This record gives sequence, C-alpha cells and structure tokens, in this order.
Amino acid sequence: MSNQVERFQDPGLPEHVHRNADVDPKAAKRAEQQVAILFLLSAVGTVLTIVSYIKVPKDKFFYLPIMGSTNAQQLLLGLGLTASTLFIGLGAIQWAKKLMPDQEVIAERHEFRSEEEDREDFVATIKERAGAAGLGRRSLIKRSLGLALGLVGLSPLLLLRDAGPLPGKYFDTTDWAAGTRLLLDPAGTPIKPSDLEVGAVAQVLPELPAGTERTLENTGKDAVLLIRLRPEDFNLDAERLSWTHEGIIAFSKICTHMGCAVALYEQQTHHLLCPCHQSTFDVTRAAKVIFGPAARPLPQLAITVNADGYLVAKQPFTVPVGPSFWERNSSNG
Amino acid sequence: MKKSEKVAGATANYVDERTGAAKWLKKNLTKVFPDHWSFMLGEICLYSFIILLLTGTFLTFWFDPSQREVVYNGSYLPLSGVHMSAAYDSTLHLSFDVRGGLLMRQIHHWAALIFMSAIVAHLFRVFFTGAFRKPREFNWLIGVGLLTFGIVEGFLGYSLPDDLLSGTGIRIAEAILQAIPVVGSYLAFFAFGGPFPGTSFIPRIFIVHVLLLPGLFLALITIHLMLVWYQKHTQYPGPGRTEKNVVGYPLMPVYMAKAGGFFFVVFGVTAFLGAVASINPIWLYGPYTPGQISAGSQPDWYMGWLDGLVRAAPPLETHAFGHTISWNILIPGLIIPGILFTGMALYPFIESWITGDKREHHLLDRPRNAPNRTALGVTAIVFILITLANGGNDIIATHFHLTINGIMWFTRIALFTVPPIAFVITKRICLSLQRADRDLVLHGRETGRLVMMPNGEMLEVHEPLSDAKKWTLTQHQNPDALPAPLPASATVGLKGKIRARLNRANAVQIPAPTLSELKELGDGHH
Repeated sequence: MSNQVERFQDPGLPEHVHRNADVDPKAAKRAEQQVAILFLLSAVGTVLTIVSYIKVPKDKFFYLPIMGSTNAQQLLLGLGLTASTLFIGLGAIQWAKKLMPDQEVIAERHEFRSEEEDREDFVATIKERAGAAGLGRRSLIKRSLGLALGLVGLSPLLLLRDAGPLPGKYFDTTDWAAGTRLLLDPAGTPIKPSDLEVGAVAQVLPELPAGTERTLENTGKDAVLLIRLRPEDFNLDAERLSWTHEGIIAFSKICTHMGCAVALYEQQTHHLLCPCHQSTFDVTRAAKVIFGPAARPLPQLAITVNADGYLVAKQPFTVPVGPSFWERNSSNG
Repeated sequence: MKKSEKVAGATANYVDERTGAAKWLKKNLTKVFPDHWSFMLGEICLYSFIILLLTGTFLTFWFDPSQREVVYNGSYLPLSGVHMSAAYDSTLHLSFDVRGGLLMRQIHHWAALIFMSAIVAHLFRVFFTGAFRKPREFNWLIGVGLLTFGIVEGFLGYSLPDDLLSGTGIRIAEAILQAIPVVGSYLAFFAFGGPFPGTSFIPRIFIVHVLLLPGLFLALITIHLMLVWYQKHTQYPGPGRTEKNVVGYPLMPVYMAKAGGFFFVVFGVTAFLGAVASINPIWLYGPYTPGQISAGSQPDWYMGWLDGLVRAAPPLETHAFGHTISWNILIPGLIIPGILFTGMALYPFIESWITGDKREHHLLDRPRNAPNRTALGVTAIVFILITLANGGNDIIATHFHLTINGIMWFTRIALFTVPPIAFVITKRICLSLQRADRDLVLHGRETGRLVMMPNGEMLEVHEPLSDAKKWTLTQHQNPDALPAPLPASATVGLKGKIRARLNRANAVQIPAPTLSELKELGDGHH
C-alpha cells in the first residue's frame, strides 16, 4: 500500500568536528599569527599609498607588458589601496574561519501569518474604523475625493512643462537652403568639385548667415557627407541624378535609424555604414537601405555649383533628416 | 573581569539606558545566518554599492556637470586647445591632474560593472533556487526594481563625461524618446531642454545620477535588507535543516567578521581592477560632436543586450496619415524589454498560480528538482546572451573574420529557435540529474575499486551514501513538501485549462527513491 512506503528520515545536524586550532594550542597560535600578518600587510599597503601620493610625480609614465604605458602614481596608489583593503578583509575572514566558533546553531522560524484571532480583530478594526469615517455611506465625499486625488498629480506634471520649448517644426527643417555654400568640416572653407578626387569623402556643413555661431544642435541636423564617384557608377533616376554634380553626391550624415553619424564609407562597394547598428546604405542607389534596422534611405541633398565654382545646395532637404518621429510625414521617403 | 569586558559592559549599559535596545540587540546580534557561497552574491551587490557611493562622492568634488563650452589646456597634450564641454574638460582634469583621480574613476566604473554583474548573478541564484516564493515576493519585486534602476543609473553614469562614445549613447536614447508615438518629439524636447544635444541634459542627468537614483537605491536596499532580516534567510536543504528552522552561524562575531571582511575583499579586488585595468579611457574618444563617431561603438554590457536587440530588428516603419511609427525602435527598445521585465517581476505570482502552492518556503530548491523553472530561466538567459552577442556583432565580425550580415541573420533566426531548444534540453538535463540522484541513493557511490569474484566476474564496489546525503537527495519529494493537486474547480474554462496544462508540465518529476525501495534492493553491493 502506497501510504505505507517508508521514506528516508532527516538524520538531524551532523556532529560537530573540531578544527585543528580548537584542539591544538600551537595550531591556534599559528592561526593568530597568520591573521596578524595579514593585518600588518594592510598597514604596509596604507604606507605605500601615502608614499606614492607624496613622493611619486603625477606625470611619470612607464611601459608595462600588457598594460602598455602606465601612470606610475595611479598604479602605485591603486596597488597600495588594494593591499590596505584586501588584507584587512582576508585577515578578518581568516580570523572567523580559524578561531571563531564554528559550531552551527539552530534558530526557530515563526510563521508570518498572524494568529487567527489577531487577524479577525484586525479585519474587524479596519471595518469599524472605515465605517466610522463613513466612506461607504457618503458617496459624495468619496467621489469628490477621488476627483481631487486624480487631479492633484497634474500640477507637478504641468510644472515640468517649461523643461523645454515645444518642438514645433524643428525636426522638419535644417539650415540648408537654396544657394547655401558647402563648408568643409572642420576647416570651414568652401569647396570646389576639383577639391574632391574620385573615391574621396568629405564632411560638410552649411554656411550660416554672417554672425551666426555654429552650435552642436546645428551640426546634429546639418552634417552632410560628400562622396565623389565616377558618374557611370550611379544607378539613379533622372531627378536624383540631377541632384548630383560631376559624380559628387551629398547625403545627410545623420542616420535615419537612431541619429548616429553614418561615418564608415566602403570605397570598393560604395556602401555607407552606420557604426551604431550597422544600417548600410548604397550610395549608388540614393542611399537605399540594403542592410540593418534603418527603415528609410539617408536624405539626399541636391547640389550644384554657384557662379564662383563653389559647391552649393540647390534646394533644402526635401524630407526631414535624422530618426523618425510621430509627426514625420514619410509619404515621400 | 578583564578590562575589555568591563568596557563592553559599560558601553552596553550606556546604550541601553538611552535606547532600551538591550533586548532587541541581544536577539539580533546573535541572529543566525546560514552559510553558502551563493549567499555572498547579494553581499557583493551591497558592497559594490557602498564603493560606488564613496568613489562617486570623490568624483563629484572635481566633476563639473555642465555643457558650457571651454577650451582644454590641461596636461593631456593631444587635446590641447580643443573646444569641449566643461563636463569633458573636468573629466580630463580628474584623469590627468588630480592625484588618484583616474584611479577613482576606474574603481567607480569597475564597481558599477561588478554591481550590475552581482545583481544579475544574485537574481539567478534567487530564481533557480526558488527563493522568491512565498513569503519573499516583495523582495523579488524590489530586486527587479533595483536591476532596472541599476541599468538606468549605469547608463547615465557613463553618459556624464560627454565624450564621443557616451554622446553617441545619449543620441540613441534621444532617438528612442523621439520614437514614442504621439508624444515622442515633445518628450525629447522636454528631456533635452530643446533640440539635441543642448546644454541641459548633462546637468539634469547628473542630479538624477548622484541624488535621485542613489536615494532610491538606498531606500530600496534598506527595505530589501530589513525584509531579509525579518523573514530570516532561506537555506539549502540538508540534514537538520527544515522549513521551521534556520541553521548557521551567529551574526556576532562570525558574520560580523566574515561579512565585514568580505566588504574589504570586494573593495580590494575593485581597487586592484581600477589600478591595473584601464576602463573607459575617454581621452582617446575626444569630445562629443553629433557629426562624428568612433567605429566599434559599444555600450557597457548591461545595455549591450538592448543594443543587440536593436541591431537585430528588421527595418519596419509604419507611414500613414502623415505620421511615422518606428517599429524598428519601439519593438526592440521598449516593447520586448517591457515584456521581459514585466514577466520577470510577475514570475513568482505566475508560478504560484500554476502550482496552486500558497505555502511558505524557506528551504531552497535544488535547480534540478524544479525542471520547468530551471528550463525557463535558462531559456531567458540564452535569449539575452544571443542579443548580447549581437550587440557586439561588429567586434565579433572583425575578430573572427565573419560578415555582419551573417551574424545578424544568425541572430534573427537564433532568437526564435535556440531558446525553445534550450528549454527542452535543460528540462531533459534536470530530469537526468534527478535520475542520477535516484541511482546514487539506491546504488551508492562508485568507488573506482574493482574486485574479481571467485567465478571470475569483475565488479565495481559501490559505497552506500551517508544518511545525511540520502536525506538531502530525497527530501524534496516528501508528501508535505509537494503542493497539493489543483482542485477541479480551478481548471474550468480556458484559463483553467491553460492552468491545468501548465500545472501538469510543471509537475513532471522522477520519483525520488524511498527507504522501502532501498530495502527491497538489498544491501546495495552489486
């Protein structure tokens, strides 16, 4: 019969076995010395820290295998701090393991659930007190309180409104306009088609109106990559081809996925690669996405040359640059 | 009476006359804690948090959380004359012109990595041993909160120096905000005080990093520890260990010495890493500008799995009615992590719903004895490991001469196929280990000694296990340790059917051997 199965029984705590140091005074003495040596090593570590702080010049570098060029003071300070802390720890643990009582003791647990009587009392008290407040009966109070509590959280939210301006059309625009000259970044000089050889890449920024200082916010939207190919390498429709100039094509450098700078250009394959999430764009096909999580091509900037022979924008970007956002109208890319 | 005893007596008297704490202290100073190496994982979390507070405070004395533009003229010559933010400038100053500044920066960063690693390791220990079961569900929830806030805190921390790498991370965070439907661009503008990058973000995340989140950590950790204290620690099964007791060593003096000593060991190890292992050398990256980037951009490991998910996402966007929804950001960046973390937080309640087990548990499970839970945990770990590997796909590609294309397709397919396979394999392994336990109890341990019988037959001598070991290997299937079957009323309807099915899957076990079986087999020498 199944209920007569004999099971293994809990044999209870095993007998305590004495350690060497518990029975042999010599072993105990040795353990004591070990602990003391460890604590002394910690003290030596502190001395090392102090000496290296005061005596070692902070600009002294030396070469170490694996670590390379290393600042002597930072290294010695660190090793001193390591010794001064680590050996306190090791000493204390050795002390506890070798010399402190190692007999396991048993403590009883209590169940967390209160006694039935207390629980009933508790529930009764809650009911009685709640009844005294009359929340159940006075529905007008209950509802108006609910309304007030629901609304009170709005104030702190509202107060955060001035954390920033409203975006307005910010995400839709850049500083590029028809006729804006392309300036080399970081030189800030205008650029002629002849400055770029076939296969060359350059980062450009729009020339801002005189007296306007360029900020990182400008760069974050305006950065453009110029790439010069042989014109026959392009695989573009007539309109997009007319946006190029003598094999030079311009794209927004801000990734349409998450806004990183699309900075890696593979000359052999004409691919642009974003180092953040590896979205890859084909330069010959108007930066069409050929790999990775980006869902839209890099916006192309139409370029031409002005009367002085400098490269300029033909028109602003026709679509917003950078990552997507709710208000973005993506019907034309 | 010795002098030290006199002093102790006088101190105790002094404290008690002013607080009346004698009774409480007497009880709590002799409080018993069970011993196991895996219980130190939580301690590492606590100690590295303390190290973070100490080193972080040091860093704030020099760090200037400002995006005001300055020109660098410190002692790191390659950046002389470069325009940069005051945040980056002061981080360079800390690294090159403050004695021990670089050391403290590196200890801080290493401690953060150790903090997050220890939280995750502690989470695994708690999950796989079932320590989250009643009455410890609150502590599980607090732990999930600490993990979540820890990820945010770490991200904000390495974003503060405003170098090219961290600025790129902030750019990505801004894109995630921007991708949130309806309110995204508003949220981004409010968070950044206008257009990205602006000059508000670093000062704002600074105060979140050094005050708001540390305060929250302190509060949550305090509650976490108070609950551990009050509920008493769980313990592994073994002879003398029951659901009603706790077996171990007293706080004073053993655990004071061991735990206090362990704090110094953790500090020493972290200091050693800070001394010899360069981490986040921001001077090599240069100051942040949105037009530049460094190849091989990698977040810290606890963000790497998110980045790996984002990298694996298909290029999906919805364009309709003049609006854009970026599924390629929302799904990997918010929806999947949301599901994972919600599932993790709710797991104790889900498991208790499946098993119908509402009893208190203080004895831990050996992972093999909960095959379903163990398999589920391994499934989640495998999923995260695949995403983590994909988060370093560029590095893997260059080191192992693979194509990024190949790695990404592997990841996309593996994310859906490998975790279920891991589930099945883990469950099989758990059941096999249960069978091995059963064999051990019934047939004893192999000794490696061969004997030749008079008839020429060769036999290996098996040695019976000790009573303690037998008990340890079989105690989990005592009738009072197993949950009662679900009542019939709980399995009606669709929800009930699902529950019954999960309950059945969960109950798959190899029957533990009994003493009766052992007796039937004879003395076990065969």
